Amino acid sequence: MEPVIQTDKLTKRFGQFIACNSLSFAVDKGEIFGFLGANGAGKTTAMRMLCGLLGPSSGKATVAGFDVYTQTEKIKKSIGYMSQKFSLYDDLSVAENIRFYGGIYGMSRPAIRTKTTELLEELGLQKEAKTLVRELPLGWKQKLAFSVSIVHDPQIVFLDEPTGGVDPVTRRQFWDLIYSAADNGVTIFVTTHYMDEAEYCNRVSIMVDGVIAALDSPANLKQQYGAATMEDVFYELARNAKRTSE
Amino acid sequence: MRQLLTGAAFSGSSEGQSSDVHRKRAIFQFALFLGIFIRKEFLHVFRDRKTLLMLFGLPIAQIVLFGFALSNEIKDSRIAVVDYSKDAVTQRLITKIGSSPYFNIQRTLASADQIDAAFKKGDLKMAVTFPAGFGDALIHTGKATMQVIADASDPNQATTITNYLNQIVADFNSELAAGSGQPMTILPSMQMMYNPELRGAPNFVPGVMALVLMLVCTMMTSVAIVREKELGTMEILLVSPFKPVYIIIAKLAPNLLISVVNLFVILFLSSVFLGLPVKGSFLLLVFGSVLFIMTCLSIGLLLSINAQTQQAAMTGSLMGMMLPTMLLTGFLFPIENMPIALQVLSNLVPSRWYFIIVKQVMLKGLGIGAIWRELLILGGMCGLLFTISLRKFKIRLQ
Repeated sequence: MEPVIQTDKLTKRFGQFIACNSLSFAVDKGEIFGFLGANGAGKTTAMRMLCGLLGPSSGKATVAGFDVYTQTEKIKKSIGYMSQKFSLYDDLSVAENIRFYGGIYGMSRPAIRTKTTELLEELGLQKEAKTLVRELPLGWKQKLAFSVSIVHDPQIVFLDEPTGGVDPVTRRQFWDLIYSAADNGVTIFVTTHYMDEAEYCNRVSIMVDGVIAALDSPANLKQQYGAATMEDVFYELARNAKRTSE
Repeated sequence: MRQLLTGAAFSGSSEGQSSDVHRKRAIFQFALFLGIFIRKEFLHVFRDRKTLLMLFGLPIAQIVLFGFALSNEIKDSRIAVVDYSKDAVTQRLITKIGSSPYFNIQRTLASADQIDAAFKKGDLKMAVTFPAGFGDALIHTGKATMQVIADASDPNQATTITNYLNQIVADFNSELAAGSGQPMTILPSMQMMYNPELRGAPNFVPGVMALVLMLVCTMMTSVAIVREKELGTMEILLVSPFKPVYIIIAKLAPNLLISVVNLFVILFLSSVFLGLPVKGSFLLLVFGSVLFIMTCLSIGLLLSINAQTQQAAMTGSLMGMMLPTMLLTGFLFPIENMPIALQVLSNLVPSRWYFIIVKQVMLKGLGIGAIWRELLILGGMCGLLFTISLRKFKIRLQ
């Protein structure tokens, strides 16, 4: 199968500082790919390059089959993105948020309408369609934000610490949504600081000081490092990091 | 499939199939997307009732406040009289002036040389001088001139009281004509002291216009953009295929509209309640205003790029823009009287040029010939600021 994300020695320098050093990896369609690393390890920079926000310094990368140097506009159309900060508008209603995000991804009006109904049903938010987002509980906002980030049926969705500051129950429900999206063939590229979440991923890469220090399935990683949990694996790798913050 | 099609249309130039149908479709889609974005911006504005009320209430409140201050009647103004003629006519006129509720003859001076000293001593608002042979001239030639000097350091007051005096003299003229059967005219020759051009009188309307437009455009724009940064939604917008320049256009649209509405409200109010209609070309005034609005929007944009929080954006626009607008525009303090350094600095304040444009077009009724330089300067500022902010906006976020 053709990988949806493929990088080859992808590098980003800021002056003397090498934020991402020669990253090479591939992510398959429908895979849940965990992208881990301590603060300052270079995760955000790597993600920004893959999203077409930042031009790489050297190396190659394709996302959804498009080149990160020359086809960023096409990449942008093929991906979804959700950040730590929910990315919804507080003063717009649930339906208005869905309509807006559908709109900026170029969906037609009837398509947006169908999708809105579908989405509200899935989330059980039919009655809240006209409620302002600021009145929703945090967990619902989070789930809504995720659903909105894939409203345009992207091939890949990038999740940047999507569950920061959310309780364990909501996090578990959130991951149910992620699984169901992956089952529908959406590739999930997720960063997180929660090691229990790392266990949910099909494969995990761990970045340390700008390089990928390890990349495998959680089970293999634990075996390789003789660790009981992903937490231990991560600690083993990250404790020698020289950079500490971004 | 439909989604794929619209997706391709969005980029406009993709796939190389640039048939006419495709292009039209692309343009249509583009308008649709921009429409969706602008619609959202309007929702933000209209959901925030308090701010909305402030935005539209502010110009009305300012005009009403200033207007009320302007229309206040001034009674018992203290005046001095110098009478070189001392005849029956001057006596009658002096009595008439003194008996009106508007004037209070404080003292009678022996010579016009004393007028200056009397003004400097304080509370005197006006001095009236009758030259020698005033009555004779009036009877023989049917014409005589009296000299009126008003203290114009408070221009509103000076205008009002000289108007009162004009009315009294006009009244007196018709009395004389009725009594003698032949036309006799006393001409008051007005002279404004300390502030001969009466700066400040209708100055506040252009001032309020500059202030309100500056406030709405700069503050609202910077806050609207910084809010998206704070919320984290800006990242999402940048990851989406929506181009940064369209984000900017969509952000500016509601503020542009609000500003234009405010402009019309101010012009309407000042014309109806303050008797200050637009004397010159309305179109020219609107053109100048839109230029100024665009300049302010660009400044707001520039502020938003550097500010990380809404508070910082707000403070920045208040301190950075409101104060210079108030102080260095020339509507509160005449620029000519400022230290050279401040005069030079004032050239950088866009509202200074806009203020001149409004005064020339609205109050004096002058055409483009009188303000082309100001328009050019404003246009240059607008172009420069917009280009810089557009550039920095991209660099910063990509």
